[in-house]
Formats: sequence, structure tokens, C-alpha cells
Amino acid sequence: MLTILGAYSWINIRFLLEGAWVTILVSVLSIILSYIFGVILGVIRYVQIKYFSAIVGFLIDIIRNLPLILIIFFTYFGLPNIGFKPDPIWASVIAMAVFESAMVAEIVRAGIASIPVGQMEGARANGLSYWQALRYIILPQAIKNMIPAIVSQFISLVKDTSLATIIVLPDLMNHAQIIYGQNTNYTIPMFIALAVMYFIVCYSLSLLSRYLEHRLGTAKNKGAEEAEIVAQETQR
Amino acid sequence: MISIFQNYGGELLYGLGQTLLCSIIALFFALIIGSGFAILEVVPNKFFRIIARIYIEVFRNIPLLVITMFFYVVIPMYIVEISGFVSGTIGLTLYSSAFIAETVRSGIQSVDPGQMEGARSTGLSFWQSMRYIVLPQAFRYVIPPLGNQFINLVKNSSVLAFVAGFDLMYQGNVIASDSLQSMSTYLCVGVLYLILTLPLSYYMRYLEKRLA
Repeated sequence: MLTILGAYSWINIRFLLEGAWVTILVSVLSIILSYIFGVILGVIRYVQIKYFSAIVGFLIDIIRNLPLILIIFFTYFGLPNIGFKPDPIWASVIAMAVFESAMVAEIVRAGIASIPVGQMEGARANGLSYWQALRYIILPQAIKNMIPAIVSQFISLVKDTSLATIIVLPDLMNHAQIIYGQNTNYTIPMFIALAVMYFIVCYSLSLLSRYLEHRLGTAKNKGAEEAEIVAQETQR
Repeated sequence: MISIFQNYGGELLYGLGQTLLCSIIALFFALIIGSGFAILEVVPNKFFRIIARIYIEVFRNIPLLVITMFFYVVIPMYIVEISGFVSGTIGLTLYSSAFIAETVRSGIQSVDPGQMEGARSTGLSFWQSMRYIVLPQAFRYVIPPLGNQFINLVKNSSVLAFVAGFDLMYQGNVIASDSLQSMSTYLCVGVLYLILTLPLSYYMRYLEKRLA
């Protein structure tokens, strides 16, 4: 019992919270980057620019089918071979952003494809150009359908930041390992703390996604079916 | 890249085999556990539903690495000595089973409730109608997302590299530090992973289109 109390002393908790801060920082940076690039790539993949879209689509498929750990290793240990040497934080942000924007791009493509063709035809018939129709008519509806899938992608992003401990990113996982490395009695308490901290962050995100679903009304009306299709197609 | 394949081909192939072995074992058990919890989630009994919900939410919201490290660090310390490969496979099984449970549950729920009602009113019990009427229909919806889960599982098996599971990623790290050519080693490893996942991914997309 005493060892458990010792494990949760203020110094250890503060050390864990410092790690949690790095985890959140890396997650937020990669979420912002991967959302921006994901939407751009998804639109490129959808609009079928000759050759270009096909190449982008193939690259997205390749990145989606590689393990994230491999991409992290490649960024941190592989890129220095050609003279680019990021520090652990930036290496993990870059690796996560590359991987997750490919994932988001696929969600965006499926989301746009789930909008009935009549929407685009109607917008064009009203005199909007193709890009205007895409920007003002298609994308707003598509993004509404995509929100549940995108949020669950971001949940897995937060979980995946723990993989970056392997390049000594000083995140939550890494700090917990340091603590139980110094005193093996603290192992179980540290794992409990880890599980609780990750669970709180990820579960509140998934509650947020459920709330957004209801708020945007995708849960009840016709959009629900489309949102379900998007979620199913991209459930990875 | 070619020189890596020539010099370290055996190690890479061994790693590929271990990755495949671990994925198949984990898929087998995760399918059983996952389908079990998925069915528990749709039974009328509220107690079972809550148990299933808790199991799924817990394993879905904790990183795979934390689960795997738990089995690698804590279990040998207090209970029984297990190798990295075993602890990695157990972690992978538990983690994937939560996702598979979600997939199977949404498959069961996408079957028209009238099917269940019809089966019950013709005199089948709940379990009989589940077994003979609902599950066979749900199976059809579930195949493409399950395939995606398997691809995920193959990718996630790279977590074995953290626990000395001698999988493809682990061998890649060993070779990278041995040959001092990190970049081309990781490219080779990437190609081998793609050989496993990319054809499956395209096949699943084809199946999705055909079933839709």
C-alpha cells in the first residue's frame, strides 16, 4: 500500500503531467496539420485531375498501408541519411501529420462521394462554377457527415503518439517508463495512471464526437445513413 | 536497397514470417473474443450489455503500446515468464478484439430488426434466431470492414518491435543499426509491409463496391 502511495507522490505526478503536456502538444500540432492537408488531398483525390489525382491517390494508399512506427523510424533515423535531422518532437509531428493526413484524405474522399450527385448538378445549374459548387455546396455537407469518422481518427492519433516513445519523445508513456524504471515497485501504479490518463483524453473525445453527431442532427435524419457509410468505409 | 535484400534477405523473411504468424494468431482469437462481446452487446440482458460496453470502451481508448507493455513488463514480474512475441500477440489480440466487436455489432444492427422479430415469432429462441437468421446476414455486411481490421492488425503488429518480438519492424531496426543504411533499410521494410497489406486493401475496396 505504501509503495502505491509513493508512486503517486507529487513529484511523480508532476513528471507524468509534463509528459502529458508533450503528448497533447504533439497531438494538437499533428491534428491541425493533418486536417488541413487531409482535406486538400481528399479534394484532389476526388476531383480527378488527370494523372495528378491518380498519383496522389496511390501515394495515399501506400502511406495508409504502412505501420505508423515505420514512418516514425523513417523520419527520425532515415531522413538524417539525406541530411535532414529533426528533433524528436518535430520528427513525431511530421510522421504523425504525414500518416494521419493520408487517413483524413480517405475519409474526406468517402465523405464527398457520399453526397448525392444531384447536389452538384443543382449547384452547377444555378450558375456556380465547379469549384464554387464544391466549396459552398458539397464540402459543407460532406464535412458534416465526416465529423464522427474524423474525430475517431483523431482519437487514434492521440493513442498513437505513445509510439513515438521509441524515438525518445518525452511524452506520457516515456515519462511513465522512466518512473517505473527507477523503482520497479511503481510498475503497476504507473500502468494504471497511464491507462487512466489516456482513457480520460480519448473517451472524452469520443463523447465529443457523439455530442457533435447529435448536435449536427446526423444521428437522426437522412444524413445518418451517409455518415454511417463514411464511417464504415474508412473504419481503420 | 538491393544490397540490403541481398545481405539481410534471410532476416527480413524471418521477420515477415513472424509478423504474419502473430497477425494470424491475433486475428483468430480477436475474432472469437470480438464476436462474443458483439453478441453480448445486443442481448436483451442489460447486465451483459454493460459488461461488453465497458470492455470495448476500455480497450478502444487505451493505446496498444500501453496494453502490450503491460503484458511485457508486469506479467513476467509477478506471474509467469512470457516472451516478447507472446506478450505482443496477447496485447494485439485484446486491442483488436475491441475494434472487431464494434464492427460485428454494427453489422448485427444493420440487419433489419424485422428479421429477428420474424424468427422469434416462428418459434425460434433468441440464440437460435441469432445463430441461424441474424448472424449469417450480418456476416455479409461485416466482411469488408473486417478485412480493413485485419490490415490494421498487420500494421499494428509492428508494436512487437518494442517488446523484442522479432517481427519485421524489429528485424528492420537490427539491420538498420548493423548496415548503417537506415533509409534504404526502412524502405525495404516498407516494401515488405506493403506486399502484405496493399493487395488486401485493394481487394477489400473491390468487395465493398461489389456488395454496395
